[in-house]
This record gives sequence, C-alpha cells and structure tokens, in this order.
Amino acid sequence: MIAFRAIAVRALVLISVLAAFATTALSVYANDIPPGERRSGYGFMAPDTKAIQDDDTANPGMLWVLDGETLWNKKQGASDKACADCHDDAHTSMKGVAARYPAFDKELGRPVDLEQRINLERARHQRAEPLAFESRDLLALTAFVAEQSRGVAISAGEDSQLEPFVAKGRTLFMQRQGQLNLACANCHDDNWDKRLAGSAITQAHPTGYPMYRLEWQSLGSLQRRLRGCIFGVRAQPYEFGAPELVELELYLMSRAKGMPIETPAVRP
Amino acid sequence: MPSALINVPAKAKRGDVIEIKALMSHIMETGYRRTAAGDVVPRDIITSFACRYNGSEIFRAEFFPAIAANPFISFFTVAKESGKFEFEWIGDKGFSETASASITVE
Amino acid sequence: MHDVNPTSRRRFLSLAGSAALCGTVPVVTLRPAEATPAMLAAAIRNVVGEADLHTGKVKLDVPPLVENGNTVPMTVSVTSPMTAGDYVKSIHVFNEKNPQPNIGNFYLGPQSGRAQVSTRIRLADSQKIVAIAQLSDGSFWSTTVDVVVTLAACTEEVL
Repeated sequence: MIAFRAIAVRALVLISVLAAFATTALSVYANDIPPGERRSGYGFMAPDTKAIQDDDTANPGMLWVLDGETLWNKKQGASDKACADCHDDAHTSMKGVAARYPAFDKELGRPVDLEQRINLERARHQRAEPLAFESRDLLALTAFVAEQSRGVAISAGEDSQLEPFVAKGRTLFMQRQGQLNLACANCHDDNWDKRLAGSAITQAHPTGYPMYRLEWQSLGSLQRRLRGCIFGVRAQPYEFGAPELVELELYLMSRAKGMPIETPAVRP
Repeated sequence: MPSALINVPAKAKRGDVIEIKALMSHIMETGYRRTAAGDVVPRDIITSFACRYNGSEIFRAEFFPAIAANPFISFFTVAKESGKFEFEWIGDKGFSETASASITVE
Repeated sequence: MHDVNPTSRRRFLSLAGSAALCGTVPVVTLRPAEATPAMLAAAIRNVVGEADLHTGKVKLDVPPLVENGNTVPMTVSVTSPMTAGDYVKSIHVFNEKNPQPNIGNFYLGPQSGRAQVSTRIRLADSQKIVAIAQLSDGSFWSTTVDVVVTLAACTEEVL
C-alpha cells in the first residue's frame, strides 16, 4: 500500500516538473509577456489623455461612431438594403463581434478583419462598391460595429481553422525587418516598460481599434498603425488589406485574449 | 459628413449652474503644414463658435489654428428656463454648422 | 556663424534624433515662421491696451508634461462671483512659440454662472501659455504656465 502511494507521488512530482519545464521553456523561447503583466495601452497614458477616452461626450472617436450609426441605417448598393435591414439593432446583433475578429471566412479560406468583413457584406448582400481603406465611411462603420463590443473580452483566434494564420502572424511579429532591423517583439515584448524618445512603449494590444490617435488627429485603423510602425523601422509597409497585415492583426488580438475591447480608444 | 456631439443635461433645477459640452468634427488645418512637394496646405479652421439659450447668446468663442482638430469646448451657464440651446460653428471656406439641444428646467 | 536659437537647435536635434531612431525624414518642415516674444507681447497688448495687467484670479490647468502636442487638454477658470455687477467678460489665451500667438478668445457674461472654459489646444514646442481675463470692471488679470511638450517618437509618412 505504502509503496504504491510512493510511486504515485513520484509520478505526480515528475509530471508536474515536466509541465513546469514545458511552460518555462515555451515562455523563455518566446519572451512573451506573462499573462499577469498584460496591460492595455490605456494604462500607459497620462490622466488627462485617459479622461478624453473616458468621456463619451468628449471622445472624438465617438464622432465616427455616430456617423457609423447613420450609415448602418442607410440603404446602400444595387440591393437598396441597409445593414439594419438584415442585422436589425446593432446594439444586440453586433455585440461581441469585434472581440472575435479577425475571423475565418469560409469562402476565402483565410481570416479577414472587421473592415474587410464590412466590405464583403457590402459586396455579397448589398451589392455595393467596397469602401476604401481608411475612408471616413469605412472607419465610421467599423467604429460603430466595434463599439458595440466595448467591455467584451477579446476571444479572437480561438477557431482552430485560424491556427496556421495565428502562427504566421506570430512569425511576422518576431522577425526583424527594415533598415533598423527591429522586430515588433523587440519593443513590445522586451521593452514595454521603457520609453522611446519621450513616448511610452506599450505592449501593443489592439484593444481599442479603430482608435482616435492624437498624433493622427483622426480615427484610424489597426492596419494604419501597423503600416506606420513598419514604416518607422524603415521597412516597406504591406498594402492595406494585405494578408500579412491581417495575420499580424490576428496574432495581436489572440495575444490580447481576455482583455476588454475599448473602442473607440484614444491614444497619444 | 460633419457631425456634432452635444452634451446638455436633459433636466435641471432653476438656478443650477450646468456644464455644456460640444464636440465638432473638423480637421482644423493650421495653414502651416506643407505637402511633400513643398506647397503650403491652406488654412481651413473653424473660426467661431456661439451658443444661444432661447434666442440670447450666452457664450461665444474665437478659435485660432492652435485649437486642436475636432474642436471640443466646455462652458457653463445658469439654467434659467426650459427651452432650447442652439449652437453654431462658422469657419473658413464657408463652413457653417448648427446643432441644438433641449432642456427642461423646473 | 550666427547664433542659432538653442531651442530650435534642440528641436532640430530631437527631430533628427527621432528620425534616426525611426529612420524617417519628418514630412513637417521646421516652423517657417516662429513666434517671437514680441509677437506675444503685441497680441497681449491688442487685448489689454495700456491698462495694468494684474496677476491672480486666473487658473490655467494644463498637463505639465504633454503626451502629444497635437491635442493638449486645457481648462482656464477665473475666480468670480459671476453676478450682474461683478463678472468675467472675456478670457484670452496666448502661447509663446507656436507660429501664431493666439490660441482662443472666450466671451462670457453674468449668465455663465461659472467662469470656466475647457478645450483642447495644439502646442508646437515646450513653451509658456498665458491666460488673460477681463472683468466687468474693466480690469485685466493673468496667469502663466510652463508646459513641456514631447514629440512623437516616430513621425508617420502621410499615408
């Protein structure tokens, strides 16, 4: 009896040691931010900037959300249908949607982000022209849809069909690029507690997109931000809508799993 | 599609000092930026904002290029009577927008 | 070699420094027309004329360290009973180093209840901000604050 228990205990100890080693090995390899230390970009801002985001009547991003609400109800395209005609009240039908994007599109066989989903819906159901990336209308609709998920925990990337694309996004995040030969991870995984020329380096969790960036003095998409960063390390940015950008978006969102959506966020 | 976000309390007691907030969508182009080719991007700003309470002006502001894009303004007024607040923005290139909000004062 | 204004040299170096960090050439050119203290003084004189400028009563609330000079929250308030006989007529805000000295002028009255205005302003560089209030009795009161403005680490190409 006692001998049996001793073997069982030893086995348990061995299993737990192996498990600990596996987790440590993974995290050492990745230099990932430990889940307990993840912080939204909100936490890196000065109180005055946080106050702009907190007040819906003073948050400039809400201007786009309001415009988006008007567009939601506007009849479009050859089908002369509004989003509302199929999706009814966005407050109910769109709640939680932004939290699980980018999502897999069966027809295309790859992930699409929210902006692309809106354009796909326009093409497939409204028979309308796609809206240009970063156009006011597309930003407004995306902001309106995403705002319906404010407070909802991010769950993007859980679909098993997305696994290879999350992996691709992770590779892109880890690879050095550009004349400055920097990877996203160099700043956002390894140096997020430091500053770059006076600005705080954040952990790069896309919790509040489309967001109002003070530097842009406008609302903008995550793809715009990614292109800006890639340009910043002196690499050729991918075109809007490129699969690499969507894979990066997907990886970033899955890396932020569980954090609440803040759209429309305000950032410096 | 210019849009305005107005925040006026729906209800107030007579004599209360209430805060009014207004946010207007506008690029507020300073007139000091240059394109890659070197040409000046011409100034395009909102130059004035006014608020009327049941017809009489209670607040006015003059904006210069140093006011940030999507100009936000907050000011106070004494809630006198029920009625309407009317807001007007005037700017370069014939920019002219209005908005209104009602208040019940008991 | 003429004496280059140390502030503009510092700004050029910081721009160059951030360009080196991010490898971009900033699209924005160095301020073509820099405001001078004389411009600020002239703008103030435009409002105040030859009257005395008292210090006090006015409070300027600006973050001492600004995250982005494009959008700086600012609140200006004046201690005043705001009655028909004693109220704030107007508040004028000026800056020291933007291309232009004026920021905004705000006109109030006894019906305002409270002499407090908030808005968001642009600051091109670390500089002083001056707020001047004119009271109903014709007197002028002012306050000055120093603000530090950091530049964004990577200026973006206009996409």
